[in-house]
Amino acid sequence: MGRYFSFLNRLYLFYYDGFKNMSGWGRKVWLIILIKLFIMFAILKIFFFQDFLYKNWHSNKERTEHVLEQLTNSSDNNDRQH
Amino acid sequence: MIDNIDLSLVDWSRAQFALTAIYHWLFVPLTLGLSFILAIMETIYVKTGNEEWKRITRFWLTLFGINFAIGIATGIILEFEFGTNWSNYSWFVGDIFGAPLAVEGILAFFLESTFVAVMFFGWNKVNKKFHLVSTWLVAIGANLSALWILVANAWMQHPVGMIFNPDTARNEMVNFWAVLFNPVAVDKFLHTISSGFLLSSMFVLGISAWYLLRKREEQMAKKSMIIAGVFGLLSSLMVAYTGDVSARTISKVQPVKFASMEALYDGKSNAGLIVFGVLKDADQKIGEKKAWEFAFKIQIPGLLSVLTGGDRDAYVPGLKDHISGNEKLGIISTAEKIQSGKFAMDALKSYKRARLINDTAQILAIKDAFKEKEFNEKFWRYFGYSSVSKPEDLIPDVPGSFYSFHLMVILGFLFIMIFSVALYLLFKGTISGNKWFLWIAFLSIPLPYIASELGWILTEIGRQPWIIQDMMTVSKAVSQISAGTVITTFILFAVLFTGLLISEVSIMVKQIKIGPKH
Repeated sequence: MGRYFSFLNRLYLFYYDGFKNMSGWGRKVWLIILIKLFIMFAILKIFFFQDFLYKNWHSNKERTEHVLEQLTNSSDNNDRQH
Repeated sequence: MIDNIDLSLVDWSRAQFALTAIYHWLFVPLTLGLSFILAIMETIYVKTGNEEWKRITRFWLTLFGINFAIGIATGIILEFEFGTNWSNYSWFVGDIFGAPLAVEGILAFFLESTFVAVMFFGWNKVNKKFHLVSTWLVAIGANLSALWILVANAWMQHPVGMIFNPDTARNEMVNFWAVLFNPVAVDKFLHTISSGFLLSSMFVLGISAWYLLRKREEQMAKKSMIIAGVFGLLSSLMVAYTGDVSARTISKVQPVKFASMEALYDGKSNAGLIVFGVLKDADQKIGEKKAWEFAFKIQIPGLLSVLTGGDRDAYVPGLKDHISGNEKLGIISTAEKIQSGKFAMDALKSYKRARLINDTAQILAIKDAFKEKEFNEKFWRYFGYSSVSKPEDLIPDVPGSFYSFHLMVILGFLFIMIFSVALYLLFKGTISGNKWFLWIAFLSIPLPYIASELGWILTEIGRQPWIIQDMMTVSKAVSQISAGTVITTFILFAVLFTGLLISEVSIMVKQIKIGPKH
């Protein structure tokens, strides 16, 4: 158990020192990563990219019915939009 | 301005996917190739103990890190789009797509994220050999991640190893190895990673050339150029070889794409390989679709027949053969495929009806049919044709396919020349004095990016109208969402990715100007 915690402690210090002593460009790209992930997951995913089938149908049975309907409909989806 | 553009939901969804995929692919190939170049440089450092190699490795590692960090997770956006814009497709492909992507996620997470940290934070903290192993594992991990994405894409080009379950309206994987060793997947993987190696070699060669032009860091630049020259030459030869193998595979599994790449309308024996040409409107049409002919062309007589069929007399089918059929060659006409597709569609409709009225006997009979080899080979494989109204709709954008293919090939041969000349000048010891070549090497940095993107453009526009070859058209795959939302997110992505690209280039340029640490 003691060895396990010692390993975890060393692992933590490895990352801690790494981030602490990061160079200027390293800090800059980390800032960009965080902004990018925020935009992707907190804005785009939540407001624009919800899963269409999971949002509109509540069970896999309903989703299957919907997709079967789409597959067997003779007109294509592009036509239906206009 | 947007109001005046009359583009459909399908077109906007395609444009959005193309935009995000093209931007995503600006970041990926450098990671694939530069990771191996770093591993080679660091191996030399560990083997020789020469600190100069450590310094060189750390410099290129900085540029690798910038690209890796800015590009990370840009591919997730494509997965967002599958669920939102392409929900019918996502459901239909079932676990065929899910399984490889899950493996990719696990590999990327454990291999790359763990060992990337050792690569950056581990200098002087872990021993040299462990650091070196980490660098190699990052390179292998990054390329293995690409494998799974490419396996998923290859399945869309040539669906194998699955059976459709009408109960769930999904394809189910029945043979993992058939999916993994799909000939398209194997070719695509080798061609794609070798093109990434080539791109990275040109990146290292070009930046090193800039240092020589500036008369800075000459030792580092020359040493880097030797690695990039050798790795680049081998990679560019591998790109040419795997490209040839890919084209042969395409001629068998996606023959319409192959004929479009060559703008070959009329099939023939002793078919020439077009080196380059310019297309113009032809007087004739195929059905209602405009046809193209050559305004001029440079070709090697008979070579296309030799490459695809083994000898000059081999017949290379043209687009007309694939549309109208060719009984002598056993090519089924599109009209017949449409009939087969409609038969498969009727079976699926009957199944749907039987489920509605709870006709158990009928349900079981149709479910059994879907498991039969004959039904799958004769009818279900052409299911997508049931939504094709005119045979000529099967012809993709011929000029787009032709030009993207031929420009990519011409650039590929240019790269072989550049790496060969670089090595010749390096071994002669005159590279620093050849300013013309240093400028060519420096200005060539964007060219492999262009070639790589052209390869993807050919892959995707050449298989239109299919999203899954012969089984699902793009227009059947799209979700019924508002085109306005897609346009909004298209603009958001354009802004986000352009911002990321500008950030990457500006941070990289700054680091290159600073140069390696002394």
